[in-house]
Amino acid sequence: MRLRGGTSAALLAAPLLLFLILCFALPLGWLLAQAVRDDALAPALPRTLAALRDWDGKDLPEEPAFAALATDLGEARQDGTLGRAAARLNDEIAGLHGTLLATARALDQPHQGSARDILRNADPAWGRLDSWMAIRRAAGPFTSARLLASLDLRRDDAGKLHRMPPDQAVFRLVLRRTLATAGLVTGLCLLAGFPLAGLLAGLPPRRAGWLLVLVLLPLWSGVLVRTASWMVLLARDGLVNRALIALHLRDQPLPLLYGGFAVTLAMVHILLPFMILPLYAAMRQIPPSQLRAAASLGAGPVRGFLRVWLPQTAPGIGAGGLLVFIQALGFYVTPALLGGGADQMLPWFITYYANESADRGMAAALSVLLLAVVGMLAAAWVRLVGLGAARPA
Amino acid sequence: MPLRSILAAAALLAGHVLAAGQPATARELTIVSWGGPYQEALAQIYFRPFTHETGIPIIEDSWSGGIGVLRAKVESGDNPWDLVQVESEELSIGCEEGLFEKIDWPKIGGRDHYLPQGVADCGVGAIQYNFILAWDRDKFQGTPTWADFWDVAKYPGKRGLRRGPKMNLEFSLLADGVAPGDVYKTLRSEGGVNRAFVKLDQLKPYLVWWQLSPQAAQLLGSGEVLMTSSVNGRITAVNRNEHRNFGIQWAGSLYTVDSWAIMKGSPNQQAALKFLNFAGNPQIEARLLPILPYGGLAKGANDSLTPEVLADSPTNPAHLAQALEIDDQFWRDNLDKLTQRFNAWIAR
Repeated sequence: MRLRGGTSAALLAAPLLLFLILCFALPLGWLLAQAVRDDALAPALPRTLAALRDWDGKDLPEEPAFAALATDLGEARQDGTLGRAAARLNDEIAGLHGTLLATARALDQPHQGSARDILRNADPAWGRLDSWMAIRRAAGPFTSARLLASLDLRRDDAGKLHRMPPDQAVFRLVLRRTLATAGLVTGLCLLAGFPLAGLLAGLPPRRAGWLLVLVLLPLWSGVLVRTASWMVLLARDGLVNRALIALHLRDQPLPLLYGGFAVTLAMVHILLPFMILPLYAAMRQIPPSQLRAAASLGAGPVRGFLRVWLPQTAPGIGAGGLLVFIQALGFYVTPALLGGGADQMLPWFITYYANESADRGMAAALSVLLLAVVGMLAAAWVRLVGLGAARPA
Repeated sequence: MPLRSILAAAALLAGHVLAAGQPATARELTIVSWGGPYQEALAQIYFRPFTHETGIPIIEDSWSGGIGVLRAKVESGDNPWDLVQVESEELSIGCEEGLFEKIDWPKIGGRDHYLPQGVADCGVGAIQYNFILAWDRDKFQGTPTWADFWDVAKYPGKRGLRRGPKMNLEFSLLADGVAPGDVYKTLRSEGGVNRAFVKLDQLKPYLVWWQLSPQAAQLLGSGEVLMTSSVNGRITAVNRNEHRNFGIQWAGSLYTVDSWAIMKGSPNQQAALKFLNFAGNPQIEARLLPILPYGGLAKGANDSLTPEVLADSPTNPAHLAQALEIDDQFWRDNLDKLTQRFNAWIAR
């Protein structure tokens, strides 16, 4: 049976499409869902949330809301959903975690009177409007708070956006630093890689092949190993400092480690091959006869280089730059081990929220931010410089 | 005597069948701790001698903490764990949330049998460890305090601290002259946190941050920092195993206690209490310290130690008198906000 061209192409591409959906679209959707999900309160305080639905938020809620909260707290304590709800409310107001648990405990004791009095006796926080506002804000099922927080923004009760106070604002600064570090590393890789790639491209293929093996050799060891080796070199009593002192160039060891210098140096070292390879591939495509032709037409060496040779390396610069820049944006281990307090990039904070503070939602929100930035920059880069490798030479 | 052995085998078999008929008590006592060399030491000192003495077998498991894990175990309704070692924060949260049984204190010698920080409604103190100021005696003579730690003019060199607000705010206030007993009162008061951050800010250009406890000893060993905060156990381990000459300043150190807790609904509560009774014997607890420098919480656990081991014991009365217990309530309420503030401060 013969299929029409379009159908068979679609069928042939189906595995790729399936792969993209399974390994890219689905995880991405899940990530975004994690970032906006807010479902800690619903299972623990269903009646309270229902009672607060029509509440105007101007005065303390009426008795039914208090009664609903009392019932909910008692049940949540039994079925084990109280802890997560208490932790979530503590995000809104520090101390509400204790308030919730203490109130649930007090409700275990025999009590009588209106729910309003019982709760307010158990903890005076229930007599304050902001405690109830906190419940309403955390009601879920979705929230934009974490995505806003990843941009150092927050929304007040009236729905207006505000900047975070300076002592809580961190992510814009970190994002700027992440971009600046990745940009600097890309620039340095280009500076260091361009002459070497040019040299390789000018050699006979056999010798160029051997030298390329040397360029690729570092890739045989892991990023962690290469990072750790820089610790050995740059430490206070490391090889570099010992050599400087032995040569009487310095009396005191230089503080080389735990700063931006060490981070940049190691990242350039690790990422350099990813710059050299596309550059080499692009330069290899330029026929040497073109430079001779330019010379015969009266262009000096500088002019020939600038007008004839350099423009044709642009695809290599484009591909190498993008490759290095995007990888640099995701660097975690190298800054964590070689950097100081202020050298950590966005991936450090994603790791922190995912592992240490167990706030997966915030980790997801920061991942979405990084992904959005990478997507925008990659799109802009492709428009400006082109994808190079994907274009026939 | 073939008949007797057949009978014995039959009796054993019957025992197994009977036991299988009572699922609630069929499971053997399962004890869960942190794994690794620490749990191996526990097995050597507590688990195997306990089984040898009482005939009660122990199944070991290990975990790496997290209140969510305990919640999930209890919610599943089929919790295989009986006795779990928990950090102080998990103990207090788990107790409030009803994840643990209340300890039947009279059955294990009463609350007075233990140091006060080892006594809780749901937990029995297992070990105490301190976050201390450490330095290399080969490079720094004398005994530095937190005030000296901050005095970079007098003692030039970098300083190591653990990345995060917890403990560093306390150390800052101690260096700023706040009495140990007033540290958390000050942090809770208006402007107290600011005061700690201002003090921390003075040291900022000189700070190297560590995240995992081996890093602290490594920073000190390589001479990268002159002084660092550290967990006491790391420093003692490096002194013992790598023959370094690191000093520990116990004054102004912060301590916390890991406890044993019995999981809610455990069918082996009686066996667990028997084990706690055994493990709470000060003579037995004293055997842990020469292996790993974690302090025992039973009163008298330090009495039979040699002077060298006693010098490394967190529950040495001389050390205890100068140390301060970490306030879990304060950190549970404020950790997220203060971490955010710390991250904003450190990134600047």
